Amino acid sequence: MDTRKIKLTVNGKSYEREVETRMTLGDFIRHELGLTGTHYGCEHGVCGACTILLDGRTARSCLMLAVQANGHDLVTIEGLALPNGDLNPLQNAFWENHGLQCGFCTPGMLTTLTEFLRENNNPTEEEVRIAISGNLCRCTGYQSIVDSALACAKRMREENITL
Amino acid sequence: MGANDPLVDLKGFIGARVKRTEDDKLLRGQGLFADDIHLPNLLHAAFVRSPHAHARIRSIDTAPAKAVRGVHVVYVWADLPESARQRIPLLTPNPAIRDPLMPYVLAKNEVCFVGDAVAVVIADNRYIAEDACTLVDVDYDVLPAVANGQAALAAGSPLAHTGIKDNLGAALRMGYGDIDKAFAGAKHVVRESFWQNRGSAHPMEVRNYVAEFHALTGQLTVYSSGQAPFLEKKNLIDLLAWDPERLRVVMNDVGGGFGPKAIFYGEQAVVAIAACRLNRPVKWAEDRREHFLTATQERDQWWDLELALDATGKIQGLKLGMLHDNGAYFPWGIIMPYIAVTTTPGPYVVPAMTVDLKVAFTNKVSTTPVRGAGRPQAVFAMERMLDKAARLLGLDRAEIRRRNFVQPSQMPYSVGFIYRDGKPVRYDSGDYPQCQAKALAVADYEGFPARKAKARAAGRFIGIGMGNYVEGTGLGPFEGATVRVQQNGRVTILTGASPQGQGHKTTFQQIAADQLGVPLELIDVTTADTSGISMGIGTFASRITVNAGNSVFMAARNVRDKIARLAAFMLQVKPADIAMENGWAHVANDPARRKSFSELARVSQGMPGFSYPEGVTNGLEDTQYFSPAQAAYCNGTAVVELEVDPKIGQIKILRYVMGHDSGKLINPLIVDGQVQGAVAHGIGNATLEWMRYDENAQPITANFGEYLLPGAGDVPRVNTQHLETPSPLNPLGVKGAGEGGTIPAAPAIIGAIEDALSEYGLFITDAPLTPQRLYQLLREAGAFKTPASLARP
Ligand code: FES
Ligand code: FES
Repeated sequence: MDTRKIKLTVNGKSYEREVETRMTLGDFIRHELGLTGTHYGCEHGVCGACTILLDGRTARSCLMLAVQANGHDLVTIEGLALPNGDLNPLQNAFWENHGLQCGFCTPGMLTTLTEFLRENNNPTEEEVRIAISGNLCRCTGYQSIVDSALACAKRMREENITL
Repeated sequence: MGANDPLVDLKGFIGARVKRTEDDKLLRGQGLFADDIHLPNLLHAAFVRSPHAHARIRSIDTAPAKAVRGVHVVYVWADLPESARQRIPLLTPNPAIRDPLMPYVLAKNEVCFVGDAVAVVIADNRYIAEDACTLVDVDYDVLPAVANGQAALAAGSPLAHTGIKDNLGAALRMGYGDIDKAFAGAKHVVRESFWQNRGSAHPMEVRNYVAEFHALTGQLTVYSSGQAPFLEKKNLIDLLAWDPERLRVVMNDVGGGFGPKAIFYGEQAVVAIAACRLNRPVKWAEDRREHFLTATQERDQWWDLELALDATGKIQGLKLGMLHDNGAYFPWGIIMPYIAVTTTPGPYVVPAMTVDLKVAFTNKVSTTPVRGAGRPQAVFAMERMLDKAARLLGLDRAEIRRRNFVQPSQMPYSVGFIYRDGKPVRYDSGDYPQCQAKALAVADYEGFPARKAKARAAGRFIGIGMGNYVEGTGLGPFEGATVRVQQNGRVTILTGASPQGQGHKTTFQQIAADQLGVPLELIDVTTADTSGISMGIGTFASRITVNAGNSVFMAARNVRDKIARLAAFMLQVKPADIAMENGWAHVANDPARRKSFSELARVSQGMPGFSYPEGVTNGLEDTQYFSPAQAAYCNGTAVVELEVDPKIGQIKILRYVMGHDSGKLINPLIVDGQVQGAVAHGIGNATLEWMRYDENAQPITANFGEYLLPGAGDVPRVNTQHLETPSPLNPLGVKGAGEGGTIPAAPAIIGAIEDALSEYGLFITDAPLTPQRLYQLLREAGAFKTPASLARP
């Protein structure tokens, strides 16, 4: 068994672990760190449920090895809420707009839209659809997710806040 | 939710767009899906699966796999306990089934589809288990495979199972009315054949099971990502020969279901057996490839129809022949093809009809209901026939439908068939003409010809299409609910319903809150735990709001009555004088005289040795099992306007209107979400999703690159127009709402595509209509011989 020692930050907390080199990042996050909010829906890079933020950029944790995250700063769905524990504006918008049903795709939708809305807080509906075109949801038919993103963007502009 | 964030004002929850109480933890990543469960000493299972569609197993050598470090055991069929070496029981028999073949939990000596489980490896982690799987050496004697439902029934076809007479797994003829007279007197007869493939359900969470044996108590707990906890328990009791009182099946959060998770699968029994034998918890987490290979699907059906009409376009009779590619086994009997054929008349008066249904065994994974459960195919066939008839008679497509609708004055309306619940197909309520009229008006159907002419002049191809359906929902036998006021003043609801994203908890809270006068946050709901309530079925077939919802309603009403009696006794007034608000029972015209639910609950639990006063009984709780007399029939109309780019066969949906009548709405926010999501499935069925196999029955679409699910760019905003015709068959007046959006999507979309390309005279008989297939049809119609013609009418 080939292992390496890795050091990384997840949701602001630093971890140092010995991992098998072949372990995927998603398995590491879910089963070694116990952060099970990140989900595996396909394990072949298509569904987007496993999306996390790696140094602020979206990455599919099923397509990365844990060792590749060595030295990086990760954020998962567990790290999105505000420091005081309240839901952040995007999470709140999902709640208000019924942006989730089973909630399985939700971690990937939230992380993907976090990256997107940080770059563009005034998107068109079409732009939002393109932003989540790499994330599959089998429950909602996407409209409520799109509406959630647009509502969040509106609030970000009006209140001059960021994610 | 925060205390200062009331979901809505107290009271009047039923019918309100209440935000879901499920969401907070899911938005924080704090859900508990089966694969999220980590237990000390957890072991992991991986399955060795057949690479062949059909083969005999000569021998299996597990020794090299057992030698891998970290492997605990490897089991094949012969290693299982006697009770688990039997076939999985068939829970849904039907006299039309000729060979009630069910699978073994691990293949005995023959594999009958690619992915059939042959052995299991239990190891320290999944990586090791998968390594060891590759070392299990199975010696197969490959047999000819049956790859196609039509070929299966041809003379000389190989057999899908050794030992069966032929591949006709089930056959059924039925009908009603005088079909000969209908055809003899007909002015027009329309004939057509359709091929339809409905792909797979593909919930985003696949199948996962965790089994934990508690040696101290002999209790076995199985966590599952399924849809039907009590059906899973029933099978486990038999396969493990287990004491029912020491077996608990629990579903916490479940990431979508849509049908196939209602099925019992052998892997679950294997995991449970291993956990008991090894006295360590065992998990099996399916991967998506396994899900493609082994989770049940829907698939190919061939529909042949003859429709007899009079001179005005009124239907006189319908002859239907349907062939269903069943796959290898009957885990759900023939319920799905049976629903399909009996749904065919839809909202129309069909005075006479015959059905000739054939179900063929093939060497593919079994088929069972996927969202819509055979109805989308029936509605596709019927609606396409009406489009064809309209063309033949020179009638508008909406008009021919109008002329044939069952009228509200005809309700309740008996179609003539016996439905899958054994009761006559008897539509209980609904206003079909109004539903279509409303959808057409919102879609501005009247204005469409002008839009089309304008678009065409600009070189664009736009079309409009429609589809109507009637769906039997809320099937029995029952679902139950216990409502209990706890000594801490909170209210608990326990039910066998097993949500996978439908927002049942919120729906049940709304129903109970109105009865008990408590805010939603005071109500805790436990679903899908077989230890919570003694009997249940599960969540499928759009049955939960009808069955469990009414049970919650009835039980809550009875608890309200008990509270009123006890409070009246304690406050020395009459029960009728008691009002309830915010967890208090008070005298209606004197709110200061009151008792808290907490105190009432404690008093109701009694004191040792003291009898209750007259009229008061023990406990503030009640259990009800609502058992509907028959299905509640919902209905709807889809109207779709879209644009086709003929050069690449691509479509863009411009407008999607859904007239939808699922009776009384408990929470319109949730129902709208159900409709929108169901439409997305319908769009996949119509244009993208096609589970393909090659001539050896090898699956050739086994990942999300080869098998396309609709994405955010494929699904437009659905404009849902609700009608609320309450069902007279249950106290809440509700009907099911989870599948309606899917059912009429394909004929509406494909009818619109055809309409957009009307100058080429296509009549489309296939679904899904992929871009490649549409391009091919256009080529055959000569569309590309003179490219210049594309630019001008
Ligand atoms: S699990 Fe990573 S993209 Fe699907
Ligand atoms: S909410 Fe279920 S997959 Fe998106």
